[in-house]
Amino acid sequence: MKKQIILASALASISFFAGATAQAAENIQIVGSSTVYPFSSYTAEALGATGKFKTPVVESTGSGGGMKLFCAGAGMDTPDFTNASRRMKAKEFTKCQKNGVKDITEMVVGYDGIAIAQSKKSPSISLSRKDLMLAVAAEVPSKDGSHLVKNNYHFWNEINPKLPHRAIRVYGPPTSSGTRDAFEDMILKHLTKHMDVYTKLYKADKKKNKAYKKYHKVRQDGVYIPSGENDNLIVQKLARDKAALGIFGYSYLEENSDSIAPAIIDGVIPTPATIAGHTYPLSRSLYFYIKKSHIGKVKGMMEYANLFMSDQMIGEDGECTEIGLISLPKEELAHYRANLKSLKNLTAGDFKKK
Amino acid sequence: MSSPSNLKRRYRADKRFKLYGIAAIAFSLCFLTFFFVDIIGKAIPAFEQAYIQVPVTYNEALKSNYNKAIPKAYRRLVSKAFLRTLPQKLEAHPELLGTTQPEWALANHRVDQFLKQHEGHGLKKKYRSKVEQLYQEDKIEFRFNANFFSRGDSKMAENAGVLAAVMGSVLVLLITILVAVPIGVMTAIYLEEFAPDNKFTQAIEVNINNLAAIPSILYGLLGLAIFINVMGVPRSSALAGGLTLALMTLPVIIISTRAALRSVPQSIRDAAYGLGASNLQVVMHHVLPLAFPGILTGSIIGLAQAMGETAPLLIVGMMAYIPEAPSSILNAATVLPAQVYTWSSESMRAFEERTAAGILVLLVVLLSLNALAVYLRKRFEVRW
Repeated sequence: MKKQIILASALASISFFAGATAQAAENIQIVGSSTVYPFSSYTAEALGATGKFKTPVVESTGSGGGMKLFCAGAGMDTPDFTNASRRMKAKEFTKCQKNGVKDITEMVVGYDGIAIAQSKKSPSISLSRKDLMLAVAAEVPSKDGSHLVKNNYHFWNEINPKLPHRAIRVYGPPTSSGTRDAFEDMILKHLTKHMDVYTKLYKADKKKNKAYKKYHKVRQDGVYIPSGENDNLIVQKLARDKAALGIFGYSYLEENSDSIAPAIIDGVIPTPATIAGHTYPLSRSLYFYIKKSHIGKVKGMMEYANLFMSDQMIGEDGECTEIGLISLPKEELAHYRANLKSLKNLTAGDFKKK
Repeated sequence: MSSPSNLKRRYRADKRFKLYGIAAIAFSLCFLTFFFVDIIGKAIPAFEQAYIQVPVTYNEALKSNYNKAIPKAYRRLVSKAFLRTLPQKLEAHPELLGTTQPEWALANHRVDQFLKQHEGHGLKKKYRSKVEQLYQEDKIEFRFNANFFSRGDSKMAENAGVLAAVMGSVLVLLITILVAVPIGVMTAIYLEEFAPDNKFTQAIEVNINNLAAIPSILYGLLGLAIFINVMGVPRSSALAGGLTLALMTLPVIIISTRAALRSVPQSIRDAAYGLGASNLQVVMHHVLPLAFPGILTGSIIGLAQAMGETAPLLIVGMMAYIPEAPSSILNAATVLPAQVYTWSSESMRAFEERTAAGILVLLVVLLSLNALAVYLRKRFEVRW
């Protein structure tokens, strides 16, 4: 017994030691958005299947979480790629620079639409972005539009008399999710930044009322129901709750088209064509970022990036489109491929446009 | 004191109490049956997988585009996992070049789901009649899904298996055992048999009891801070996960070991002391062997808990797409419960049955661990 204990503790200390000295990264490490994750891991598997490289490890951490890990430093224990369902923010870029992640190349792989969907059995509904904003914002303009009041809308026809008398109930992603960021950007901020009733509060007191510059607070009185990162759960809830709407990535809509149907937004139904053509208002680009300093040190990085940008993966009939990616128009794809070839650096100037 | 009516009332209360108990058990049994029927019902189809017989043409074009190996009509019916192996096969057997031969290929998950008549199979209408025709001609058959046990994770549901996750679980658990059991048992022996009873040891005891009750995710944060950030253990590796889980399991092992030691009657110690045994001899020759079954059960239950844990592993990066079985403790690895979680959030329907099958595998492993604990306790049990 005694000898066994001593032996076991010796083994344990050896494993501790091995851990302390280990540094070498063998697999490519990829982190980031849960929306890009399916495509990224699909490509990773394809790279592994060639038998020439180890399959990259893809972790779904959310866009923000991915940026944080990616920008933590240039050491070999930091990720080589990060995926994002939104562009890198200027703040994140500065942080990367400060931590020694100087050279970054930006790629766009395609589009993802955010679908607002409901049970297939409910009568179809057509909403404007403003209807949606008024339904989920925490504070909305009062009847005469002069000041803000707490959101007290509980039926769609209270917002817009043309809409049916149907309870407002929206299942959507929680704050940690990239889909939520995109939803807030495209619906809430997009409208509130041009609405006097919000911005005048900001102008009155820029410090205290900073939140009103681009107001994006979602109501918390149980009408908007944050439903976790698991989009399947939202699909199941919609099948049961006929009045409710759900917010999630377009690929889930396509996979579950037998039980849920999309709502019409600003008169447009989400389809691959309307999303790639930007006529559907709720579409966004999907990005990944390359840590250039790791190229050459980690095997297969360029092969992975080239494979991801290839026609076989993200072309019009590419394998990723089969699992829900909406491919880029040809010119844009060519543009990013050229950037990949020259490994164009992202610069601070890139964030000033817009 | 007790009049007849009083007696009757007391009997009634007795009966009522018994009924409540039975109702409670029936209630929990209902839940359990529902859970098992649901999981097993969903899992069973996953153990069967459709295969299609396709004519494979080995030509030059295949080397650059594996889709060219089979007629267009079959391309959406056959798994990409099968097609991807063709270029390598041709390389290994160059004599195949220019030949066409029928081969049994893994079917696409949509075909599989369609034939299993699962709602939401997602097979496009234009392929359905072709699939039905092939099925009539016996060119599609169902086989035991051996891939599920011999492959790692895959984005293609038909090709996804639990091997990598099982291997990861084994490695993680091994590390947890090697670290947590010796440290835990030693701590417990020292505290119970050697340590003086003072403020300091009392404070340690209170802290250990508290540690056993804190949410497991905090151990994940601790693991991230110590093992990954300070000690430089690779993120997502089995070592990082095992050490983190060892931290989590330690208090459980310490507490159960102390309970086992305490249940050894004082008279045995006194007798040994009376014969002139030293403190160490008393513990090693008498107390420890008698407490052994209790220590074993406690450790196994603590490890079973660690095996089913996901929250701390999420923080150290083990909840990721890791299809290859780890070859060392420094390789990226994932574990069974994490695998179940990643499958459950996949959008394809075929992953639903795989999720259930993964749960079933996890349950079987956990139940056998618990059964082992019961068996060992019965086997080594000593009665006084």
